[in-house]
Amino acid sequence: MTTTESTLDRPASPPAFQPVSGSRKFKNTAATALVTLAFLVALVPLVWLLITVIARGYQALLSADWWTHSLKGVLPKDFEGGAYHAIIGTLLQTLVCAVIAVPVGVLAAVYLVEYGRGRLARVTTFMVDILSGVPSIVAALFIFALWIGTIGLGQSAFAVSLALVLLMLPVVVRSTEEMLRLVPQELREASYALGVPKWKTIMRIVLPTALSGVVTGVMLAMARVMGETAPVLVLVGYSKSINFNIFDGNMTSLPLLIYNELNNPNPAGQQRVWGAALTLILLIMLFNLVAALVSRFSAIKTK
Amino acid sequence: MSDTRPTRVRPGHQEETPDDRGGSRMIGAMTSDSGQPGVRTAAVRRPGDTIFRTLTTGAGLAIVFAIALIGIFLLIKAVPSLLADKENFLTSANFVTLDPNNLMFGIRDLLIVTVLCSLVALVIAMPVSLGIALFLTQYAPARLSRPFAYIVDLLAAVPSIVYGLWGILVLGPALEPFETWLNATFGWFPLFAKGNIPLAGAGTIFTVGVVLAVMLLPIITSVTREVFRQTPVMQIEGALALGATKWEVIRTTVLPFGRSGYIAASMLGLGRALGETVAVLLILHASPTPSTGSLFDGGYTFASKIASAASEFSQPLPTGAYIAAGLVLFVLTFVVNAVARSIAGGKAAK
Amino acid sequence: MKRHGVALGIMAAGALLLTACGSDNNSATGGSSNTSSTSAAPKVDCSGKKTLKASGSTAQKNAMDLFVKAYNDACDGNDVNYTANGSGAGVSDFTGKQTDFAGSDSALDPKKGEPDKAAAACGSPAWDLPVVFGPITLVYNVKGVSDLNLDAATAAKIFDGEIKTWNDAAIKKLNPSATLPSTAISVVYRSDQSGTTDNFQQYLTSAGGWTKGAGKTFNGGVGSGASGNPAVATSLGQTDGGIAYVEWSFAQANKLNIASIVTTAGGTPVKVSADSVGKAIASAAFKNPSGNDLSLDLSSIHKTTATGAYPLLLATYEIVCSKYADPATGKAVKAFLSTAITAGQADLATNGYAPLPDSLKAKLTTAIDAIS
Repeated sequence: MTTTESTLDRPASPPAFQPVSGSRKFKNTAATALVTLAFLVALVPLVWLLITVIARGYQALLSADWWTHSLKGVLPKDFEGGAYHAIIGTLLQTLVCAVIAVPVGVLAAVYLVEYGRGRLARVTTFMVDILSGVPSIVAALFIFALWIGTIGLGQSAFAVSLALVLLMLPVVVRSTEEMLRLVPQELREASYALGVPKWKTIMRIVLPTALSGVVTGVMLAMARVMGETAPVLVLVGYSKSINFNIFDGNMTSLPLLIYNELNNPNPAGQQRVWGAALTLILLIMLFNLVAALVSRFSAIKTK
Repeated sequence: MSDTRPTRVRPGHQEETPDDRGGSRMIGAMTSDSGQPGVRTAAVRRPGDTIFRTLTTGAGLAIVFAIALIGIFLLIKAVPSLLADKENFLTSANFVTLDPNNLMFGIRDLLIVTVLCSLVALVIAMPVSLGIALFLTQYAPARLSRPFAYIVDLLAAVPSIVYGLWGILVLGPALEPFETWLNATFGWFPLFAKGNIPLAGAGTIFTVGVVLAVMLLPIITSVTREVFRQTPVMQIEGALALGATKWEVIRTTVLPFGRSGYIAASMLGLGRALGETVAVLLILHASPTPSTGSLFDGGYTFASKIASAASEFSQPLPTGAYIAAGLVLFVLTFVVNAVARSIAGGKAAK
Repeated sequence: MKRHGVALGIMAAGALLLTACGSDNNSATGGSSNTSSTSAAPKVDCSGKKTLKASGSTAQKNAMDLFVKAYNDACDGNDVNYTANGSGAGVSDFTGKQTDFAGSDSALDPKKGEPDKAAAACGSPAWDLPVVFGPITLVYNVKGVSDLNLDAATAAKIFDGEIKTWNDAAIKKLNPSATLPSTAISVVYRSDQSGTTDNFQQYLTSAGGWTKGAGKTFNGGVGSGASGNPAVATSLGQTDGGIAYVEWSFAQANKLNIASIVTTAGGTPVKVSADSVGKAIASAAFKNPSGNDLSLDLSSIHKTTATGAYPLLLATYEIVCSKYADPATGKAVKAFLSTAITAGQADLATNGYAPLPDSLKAKLTTAIDAIS
């Protein structure tokens, strides 16, 4: 009797919205919790690190001299002078490196995605992976042997930039490549159908679509090379004065300043170490901000 | 089901996407005198295309050339020392290069330490970055996603020497009680057994692995989140329409779509971990006795070994010994990447 | 295009502004007043090369800063760029003609053919001039112990692992009134190649019966290594029962406990100070007693019999050409070194170095005058 009643009472078709089963709900909640936990876990070292650097270094940055004076004539104990020469050095070296690495990297990524078919492309992509694993000290020694040993030119900031190019390239190539792959094929084919040559398609349509990701990759790469210490130890000399010439003379950069001041046991030296570290972080944050703005304003709306 | 997947451009896999094939043939028809029967061609080989093609191929070749040069440099410097080595290069744990006539060096310990450091770093960083990338693209409110992403990218802004300083001054002492507890509780497991240096100050492989993981997070996260963000909305909405929970949507659409990007990003991160020099140099304590395979050992990685001696490179044979270590790292990166590519490439071709 | 043009314009303007607003002019207001009073220094010929390039030992980097400041004051517009990339790199740079002089923790080593290479690069013999002396201190971190006496033999046994605990009989004998705990001794050594390690091991060999040999790598076979003076000082602070060897300036700055040394002369243990180090330097003998190459016979310092002399020190040399191919370089090197040994000596003691005793100063002056 009961069975006939329940059969008649049940709706003719199953309801549209079934309740989610317990195990699925549990997995969903667990996933949400884990993912949020991952984000918080990332925040912990970041905040800890930033607090350490800021607490130890902010005093150096408060003086106007820090941003406009070099360390010429400043004794190890003096709370004098500033990091202007190092800031200029870092900016110059990184800029020169970017000028070489970004075009080469983007073009190589374009090759891998758009033109590469077969053996050469597979070899190239493999080589990019290898390049990403070359330690900074090996890249520096290689440039030393090549630029200074074989070609015979002296130590200079340009040699440092060359070593930085080797370190920056793989990141630029890989991220550009991933971004280019994400551009829908339909976009390319629409362009070809309209009679646009391949190179123009790439330059005017594919690259701008991928631009925000490419710029992120370039910024990430620049962030990495700005903080590299090994090349500056081997390829350029230290100087306490300002030098704008990248082909001649010693040029200090922020990582070199940090490395040198580590050997200064006085409180002034310690303050300069952390001050320079904080300056470097601020510089990179600034670059990232500019890059984010640039990609926001120049991106083509695809949605 | 595979038809609705967006066609992603992949070199060498033309058979997968017939449109791609047809498309390029049409390009060929338009821009080169390929002489397709029955197709009226414009017959002009546009110089712009040729120049551009040469430029891009040249850029690719330049990279190959650079790697080849680096390989040659490493070989030239390392081979004389390898030939003069009095001990077995691969199995010896010593590294004595003071007397050029009596070189005794081997990379066994360097290899163990490098592999352990990078493994710990990857084991920690890969899941966490996956979680962060998912959080930023799927869970976080849209307006907050950009500032959150910016915050994670800040980790990449910190120079490696500062990571090293933070490691010895702040993180090491903080991790010391945890490492002591791990050693006491799980000491029976070889990885957590007593190392060859005292735990005071925690200058161990474990600490280095944690710091490296923090350095890798922004790299893996940024590329992965860009890839996840591009998951076709159609697929996500389709899954939602079928009644999937959020996690099931992610599991069936976002993760498969982004897998190769995630692996590529992890390889970039691994490269960084293998080659990290200054941070490891500052944090990892040296040990006078050979490595025991424990995470609480000290020692050198390939990169930090070279850096610790770089300032004293004055004679060719001892220098060559260090360069030989660099050569092994080079080869190790080759091997690791080949394996990773075969795993990721194999799966993607399905 | 217009948007990009505006952005480029802003960037260019910003770059111009950045390059224009820097200044090298740092007047040291806080510096000591001694520098002005010792400018009764001999007049130097400032007409040589404007900027000298040098590199080498990290141990003498801070002393270099003091010397360069004195040189800037004496010769307006002249400067020296010193890169502290290590003694070995300094010597290679010098023999590779990259620098005008080198700073090194050890004299040119005939076993490595360095004097010949340097002579080939210079076109004339190269001289080692010991200008900077930095005391090396034995620092320790033991709960409840604030005064410790050690001698070379005991130190040798500690650093090679024969003595394992702080309450060992040998240490007790030298410290009858101290309460030494039974904590294990943890040695902290320099894991990077370092002249400090080399000099320390040489001291232990000459005066303490150390059998493991000298050299830039620590051969003791015990303990754990940290890279660089700051890392060693940090590690020592974190290790209870630790002992290490660091340069005096680092011990001072990190407020570490410094051990007093019982020397070959016996008597009261000697504390490190500018005076006690000066006495040790004054008793030094030279490898070539006549001639201008002043490389020191270090065992004469290590086994000094002068009372109150602190024997454990690092002698760093400036390696110069006796006759430079370019006379302007020679003039500048001469001017710099003359200022260094006179006006530059003023603040050394407060920075962890020992000023030159007069006897050595006289010999150095002769040698420097002979540079051309």
